[in-house]
Amino acid sequence: MADTTDKHKRKSRYTTDRNIPGAFEGETVTRRTFMTGGALAAGGIASAAFGLPALGFALGPMFERSAPETWQDVGSVDEFSIETYVPVVMNIVPSIGEAGKTTVYVRKFDPERDAARNNDLPYVAISTRCAHLGCPVRYIQASQRFVCPCHGGVYDFEGKVSGGPPVRPLDRFYTRVENGRVQVGDRFSVNSELRRFSPRDPSNHLDGLWQYLYPSRPST
Amino acid sequence: MNPTGMLPKFMRPAPKPPTERPGAKPSVAETAQTQAAEAGAGVVGWLDERTGASPFLRGFLFRKVPKGTNWFYTLGSATMFAFVSQAVTGVFLAMYYEPDPSRAYSSAAHITNDVFLGELVRGMHRWGSTVMIVLLFLHMGRTFVFGAYKYPRELNWVIGVVLTVLTLMMGLTGYLLPFDQRSFWATVVGVNINASGPIMGPYLADFMRGGAEFGATTLSRFYALHMMLIPGLIGALIGAHLYLVAKLGTSAPPWLKAEKKSLGREEL
Repeated sequence: MADTTDKHKRKSRYTTDRNIPGAFEGETVTRRTFMTGGALAAGGIASAAFGLPALGFALGPMFERSAPETWQDVGSVDEFSIETYVPVVMNIVPSIGEAGKTTVYVRKFDPERDAARNNDLPYVAISTRCAHLGCPVRYIQASQRFVCPCHGGVYDFEGKVSGGPPVRPLDRFYTRVENGRVQVGDRFSVNSELRRFSPRDPSNHLDGLWQYLYPSRPST
Repeated sequence: MNPTGMLPKFMRPAPKPPTERPGAKPSVAETAQTQAAEAGAGVVGWLDERTGASPFLRGFLFRKVPKGTNWFYTLGSATMFAFVSQAVTGVFLAMYYEPDPSRAYSSAAHITNDVFLGELVRGMHRWGSTVMIVLLFLHMGRTFVFGAYKYPRELNWVIGVVLTVLTLMMGLTGYLLPFDQRSFWATVVGVNINASGPIMGPYLADFMRGGAEFGATTLSRFYALHMMLIPGLIGALIGAHLYLVAKLGTSAPPWLKAEKKSLGREEL
């Protein structure tokens, strides 16, 4: 009797010891606890049944490859030289019409200048997407520089950063020649030594320790 | 015989109309008038008896406020009013707006140029967004400067900060919807700023764009966030914010001295 009046003593696990009506030998979970748990579990399963698919629906595009794989004709081989860039228009996202178009600067492969890196590409196609925050850069022949209007990013003739906030050189595109026509393909990013990486978002570093904070994504 | 009876007939006062004689029934018109006047009270009473709204509303609307409460204390309500205005004008804009890359710009132009009062409603939504953010930061500044974020109101400050972030997200997602050159490029830059965060940044940018590139999915995604997800969260959190204001009461301005000479000090 002394045991049952002691408040500080832990209650028994067994319902029979706790004098619960209808308890039977060896039972540890009361019917009330069981029903509460069952109702919560049913509610949880029902919520997950619509919640998880909805979440996957919203998050799915993060994990599937969505960068288009296309080759687009930008002109014949004699339209481009090794001295200067020629702006051509490419359609990166055809589904959104005018807004999906972008300018790409194209010049011929220069054996002296470009021998070290990316020498498998017959043409050099430079993206106009600034590596700072993605504003469109333009090429200025007089200074042989790419200049960004937004925050003053400046790139040299090869697209390497020569000033301002950009964290890596301008992105490039794969190029090839088919039947005397120059074709431009997918975008790729380069680090300060022009080594190739999968396409990254602007502002993602590709040099030094910083590069480990910006891993490649499944979507590109 | 009363004295008037002796007067000639034309000088006697006119007899009272039947409705004013003692024991007379009220006229039909009068009855209808009284019933109409009491109908409002009847409906309110009916609702009140069944919802118990009046004790709640009395506590909420006629709660005590400290001395020194001034116009600065209205900034929160003003921000909420701006939100309500945004919600109402936004719902009506959605009746004409089409979140499709090929038609978004033309439908927005159609609202401004063709729809009756469209320019006004779109203008209210466009400028109202700025007004809401200005009011929100003034309200936040008032709370900070008056020290109204201190115990026991810390949780309300936290809710307010979440509301601030959500309001700025409304600004970001709404800016894309006209889909002109400015809104397009501003959003490109805005998404890329999100991408600049380490580790999670690029994934966040992919989530916002709905893929690696800025496409048609991006516009409908921003539209859904702007129309449904974020406003719903803001509405729910405003409810929590107001509940805590009513429960905890507002704080007195910091320049107000306690009236009684600090009891606490003597007791200590």
